[in-house]
Amino acid sequence: MEQSETLTRSDVVVQVCHLNELPPGESIRVEGPGGVEPLAVFNADGEIHAIDDTCTHQDASLADGWLEGCTVECPLHAACFDLRTGMPSGPPAKRPVRTHQVEIADGVIRVRVAVAAVTA
Amino acid sequence: MIRSVAVVGASLAGLAAARALRDQGFDGRVTLVGDEPHRPYDRPPLSKDFLLGRASAEELALGTEADDALDLDWRLGSPATALLPHERRVRLADGGEVSADSVVLATGARARNLPGFAGRGGVHTLRTLEDARALREELRPGARVVVVGAGFIGSEVASTAKAAGAEVTVVEALPVPLAGPLGPTMGTACAALHADHGVRLICGVPVRELLGQPRVTAVRLADGQELPATAVVVGVGAEPNVGWLAGSGVTVDDGVRTDAAYATNLPGVVAVGDCAASYRASTGRYVRTEHWTDALEAPRTAVRTLLGGGAGPAAGDDGRRRAAVPYFWSEQYGVRIQFAGHRGAEDEVRVEAGDPADRSFLAVYEREGRATAVLGVNRPKEFTRWRRALATTGSDSGPASGSGSGEQAAAVL
Ligand SMILES: Cc1cc2nc3c(=O)[nH]c(=O)nc-3n(C[C@H](O)[C@H](O)[C@H](O)COP(=O)(O)OP(=O)(O)OC[C@H]3O[C@@H](n4cnc5c(N)ncnc54)[C@H](O)[C@@H]3O)c2cc1C
Repeated sequence: MEQSETLTRSDVVVQVCHLNELPPGESIRVEGPGGVEPLAVFNADGEIHAIDDTCTHQDASLADGWLEGCTVECPLHAACFDLRTGMPSGPPAKRPVRTHQVEIADGVIRVRVAVAAVTA
Repeated sequence: MIRSVAVVGASLAGLAAARALRDQGFDGRVTLVGDEPHRPYDRPPLSKDFLLGRASAEELALGTEADDALDLDWRLGSPATALLPHERRVRLADGGEVSADSVVLATGARARNLPGFAGRGGVHTLRTLEDARALREELRPGARVVVVGAGFIGSEVASTAKAAGAEVTVVEALPVPLAGPLGPTMGTACAALHADHGVRLICGVPVRELLGQPRVTAVRLADGQELPATAVVVGVGAEPNVGWLAGSGVTVDDGVRTDAAYATNLPGVVAVGDCAASYRASTGRYVRTEHWTDALEAPRTAVRTLLGGGAGPAAGDDGRRRAAVPYFWSEQYGVRIQFAGHRGAEDEVRVEAGDPADRSFLAVYEREGRATAVLGVNRPKEFTRWRRALATTGSDSGPASGSGSGEQAAAVL
């Protein structure tokens, strides 16, 4: 079972932008390639974090949200998520958002997204 | 020393109060008294996704697994009928009693109806899950729905009814809808959404009477016009649930009066959410906010008032700083309307970005050259920036930083 799970996953690397295009406090929404949910990438005081862009509570873009420390607050209903873990800190969100691995090379931000393959 | 707390009203504000009690280290008994049979659920979807059948009742639940650890004593299904402050007891309709050293009043509000409207088939108000279920049955293709009142809930119901295939007319007694919260210019701009989506809006004409028995068949307006109706939804505001407090000695004036830290005139009794009329230094008035975000955030301060006896937020509690700027949202016809700040009746408003004609714009309200409030229509990102700026102005300047009072902070905006 465990093995087949790793086999059904593959990684997609999404290019985001140059590091200097995302200064501290800023966020950007990135449309992933087919099969990849839109991503929200944040510069939280110099640390780059990537999560799924869509709030788990209701349809809203977290890249539009209010960034404070390592927490983003949904622009609509104020659900707060920890950018490091994706965990919600209170209502109305009950489910975490997915977090993604960030890679920075040559000043370019890329996000590695695990995608479940269609074939099981 | 407080050993037990009764929270009366088991909805958004009540649950937030229970969480805040545990969060702030209270380990005594916490009893949640609620007249509805349900665990706390979220009301905003009742006029939106739930009404349209896009969200289930389970999805409305506000509680999470983490709440099990709060060790709450639930007393659901029977309303509180009396607060006996000297005996430190709350009396329930089922004959039971809850003794408590302190009490959080969180009984919210109920939908207002028009005189003579209740009890006729096909006439609805919207506040509870049952209300929404009953109304949902009426919204189908071929239905003719008349919505009385073009406020936020009325407008949302109109939008949902239209999406469900009904023919919809909205009737508003005032000449301009939403002028109260948004001012006439922006009220007009937002109300234009109805016409965009094929919903008729009639303004400045009050409703005179309902026709049809036992079921409504039409609505007659003051000018004699008759609007055929298979269903009527009355969205004319809400009244605080405070009747049960008569004789308790707690001061009530359109809601339970509290200071800026939610203390009532009775020691050991605080009030939060839609049932509370709390002092706002920014306007010098007692305001019943009736917004979701306020009901969620106020209990943290109220519980601090109860436990610590002191007013105001603790240093570094950034949540309080944000609460200094009231915020609400609405969703109509797929358009997001967001508003934050303290708008004064005399404030000027200018469009900062976008264009009302495109139904995508940001408007800023100003008094003496300073921003007091912001309205966003389908502009979540810019709106968030402005909302943040309003909150930051409030916390960084003025005499409030020393006293730590969020309300005073808002006053300098
Ligand atoms: C249809 C609808 C749509 C909304 N949409 C939005 C929106 O888009 N944005 C926004 O900001 N706000 C919105 N709101 C407002 C928001 O839901 C309220 O501000 C919020 O629910 C207030 O929470 P509360 O806990 O103070 O009161 P309530 O949610 O009213 O809860 C009070 C609870 O106390 C119970 N109770 C009353 N009397 C007693 C008693 N004597 N004993 C025991 N229990 C009692 C009530 O039955 C209820 O369960 C909407 C409200 C409605 C009804």
